[in-house]
Amino acid sequence: MSALSLPFAFLGGVDPWIFTFAFVTVAMTIWMGFRSAKSSKTASDFFVAGRSVSVGWNASAISGEYLSAASFMGIAGMVMSSGYDALWYPVCYACGYLFLLLFIAGPLRRFGAYTIPDFAEGRYDSPLFRKIAVCFVLFIGFFYTMPQMKGAGTTLAYIFPGMPYWGGVLLVGAVITLNVALGGMKGITLVQAVQYWIKLFAISVPIFVLLSVYGFYGTHLQANHVNPAAAPAAIVGEADNSRATEAAAEVGRKPLVEKAPADTSWVSPFGPLTTKAAKAAGLTAEQTKPYSLLYTYSLIMALVCGTAGLPHILVRFYTNPDGAAAKRTTMWVMILIGVFYVFPPVFGVIGRNLMPELYSGVGAKGTDKVVLELPTLLSAKYGVLGSILSGITCAGAFAAFMSTFSGLLVSMTGALAHDVYGRMIKPTATAEERMRMFKWCAILVGGISVVLGAFVENLEIAFMVGQAFAIAAASYFPLLFMSVWWRGMTMKGAATGMLVGGLSSLVAAALTNVSTLALDKGPMGKIFGGFAPLNTYWSHHPLLRTLCDQPAIWAVPLAIVLMVVVSKATASDVPGDVRMKMLVLHAPEKLGLKQEYIQEHAAGPGH
Amino acid sequence: MPTPQPPHEDVVHSETFLRSLMRRQLSLSISCAAAFLIALIAMPLINYFNPAFMATRVAGFTLTWLILGVLFFPFVWIISGIFIKRSIALEDDEVKTVQAGRKL
Repeated sequence: MSALSLPFAFLGGVDPWIFTFAFVTVAMTIWMGFRSAKSSKTASDFFVAGRSVSVGWNASAISGEYLSAASFMGIAGMVMSSGYDALWYPVCYACGYLFLLLFIAGPLRRFGAYTIPDFAEGRYDSPLFRKIAVCFVLFIGFFYTMPQMKGAGTTLAYIFPGMPYWGGVLLVGAVITLNVALGGMKGITLVQAVQYWIKLFAISVPIFVLLSVYGFYGTHLQANHVNPAAAPAAIVGEADNSRATEAAAEVGRKPLVEKAPADTSWVSPFGPLTTKAAKAAGLTAEQTKPYSLLYTYSLIMALVCGTAGLPHILVRFYTNPDGAAAKRTTMWVMILIGVFYVFPPVFGVIGRNLMPELYSGVGAKGTDKVVLELPTLLSAKYGVLGSILSGITCAGAFAAFMSTFSGLLVSMTGALAHDVYGRMIKPTATAEERMRMFKWCAILVGGISVVLGAFVENLEIAFMVGQAFAIAAASYFPLLFMSVWWRGMTMKGAATGMLVGGLSSLVAAALTNVSTLALDKGPMGKIFGGFAPLNTYWSHHPLLRTLCDQPAIWAVPLAIVLMVVVSKATASDVPGDVRMKMLVLHAPEKLGLKQEYIQEHAAGPGH
Repeated sequence: MPTPQPPHEDVVHSETFLRSLMRRQLSLSISCAAAFLIALIAMPLINYFNPAFMATRVAGFTLTWLILGVLFFPFVWIISGIFIKRSIALEDDEVKTVQAGRKL
């Protein structure tokens, strides 16, 4: 190959349909960003979309932002690779929203502030606490950015078979950064809302076609034998297994490859996902089960509490005109994401039967791309239809990581421009200076995200998201929950709990991450090779490994206990007007207490 | 337009009002949360102690897969629907209480 043609080498072998659909999605995103850039004029437009987004738009936008690459590709990939246990991800992503609705959404909206750092400062009258909160916005944001970037790299490597993984990360990072820098929050609200519907369409239509061609969801599941020896009851007997064989024949099941988990452990609870630590320790099946149960509960806790604490989701509640609208929005979000989440596991289930060769792939070539690749099966029977459907799922994947990444970018950029620059570095900055800073911060944050994203090719998407959630669960969730419902909280208590909870989760998650990366045979293995001995340690201490892998089960209670203890110890620091703050948080907005609060506070430095 | 500064001795600013406000809201939230937490906590436990029952096939699905992969979502919608209806009613009721108090 000559040096001249090398830059275009990745264009060889590109499916025109897939390319077209993906290109149209990207082009539409950029176009909408540019269009709304013209109408985003004021600083408020940039930060909270002028606070007047209707319920329908906002619900679609929240859902669009929420359904990330992890939801779109990661869940399918994880169901395919781990089976039943991975179902907890979609269920808890959806349930976390309920928690947000029940305990946090209403009060936060009534309190009215641009961002979480605003809330942290307003609730405790402490500029110092704002700084701590800002650091956590950035922290959690970057952790959650990495899996989105992996989604981008994987998808582009699929569309352009010759393209390196990092190339995709760079390209998508650049496009979104440009979009955010131009349009700010208002710019992306429209984009997010439209992208929800693209995603729902892209995940459901190929499923319906695949199911009508290759057999029903249940039939595909039935094809997995349950071994009576592993589930020792009368119900699973000869009859069941003969039905399984029939079903397997009906859907045209292909033989599993060596790396695929066996039927029984895949289709039953407490399978490969939750037993990693115990397997490494060489425990028997019976000894393994308690660890699996522990892992499952910790995962549930991380996902449910983590959802309620993700900064980029919370900031959107401020774009509702009032608290009742915020509640109605959450209801719609719940319906929209619930409908969506039924579909990704179906891809995993069908993929296991019809595309088992993906089990052998690693990194960008593994099960994470089942959503993109599965529709191409139809090409054998129906020619171009397979490519079209695969193009549609690619478009959906693009929508997924682009919308989530732009949401993250807005909240992180907002934290940098609004809090770090606008309040700490240069409080006297004019509105125009702040807007310019917003753009520069977007570029900075986008750049860092791309670099981080390039490093994580070997980690599973849904797994990385789980860890980001674990950190959010142990820092923001306790902070918000306790600040809203307990008036005895002090700034020191809140900060201690949040920092210790969040940082200990971070360290625990990082330890398991580096030990996994150390096992990698590629360049990552060399970089993190020093951590390889950790794996030997894990194999002797499966309990510790489980607790580090999924830290939420101890980190969330730890954060809450610390908050209570330290707050009690520093009870004299409870803000003097805490009763008024509580009233603003809880009293119906119709009573107009917020106005009164602002007037009383007008002399002070806060809001 | 001048905003009248309400006196701080009225119903809204009283300790009793804040306490009852927070208690009513919290008990509503907790009772809704309990419904869903019980389901969330019970699922792994049933899987743990009665795997055979949860492996019963329903239209090809194992029972546990059907519940978690499909039926859980409508369940969450029902809880959130109930919560939203009640919490809006609760707010209206609180506004009424305060306004009745102000008239006195």
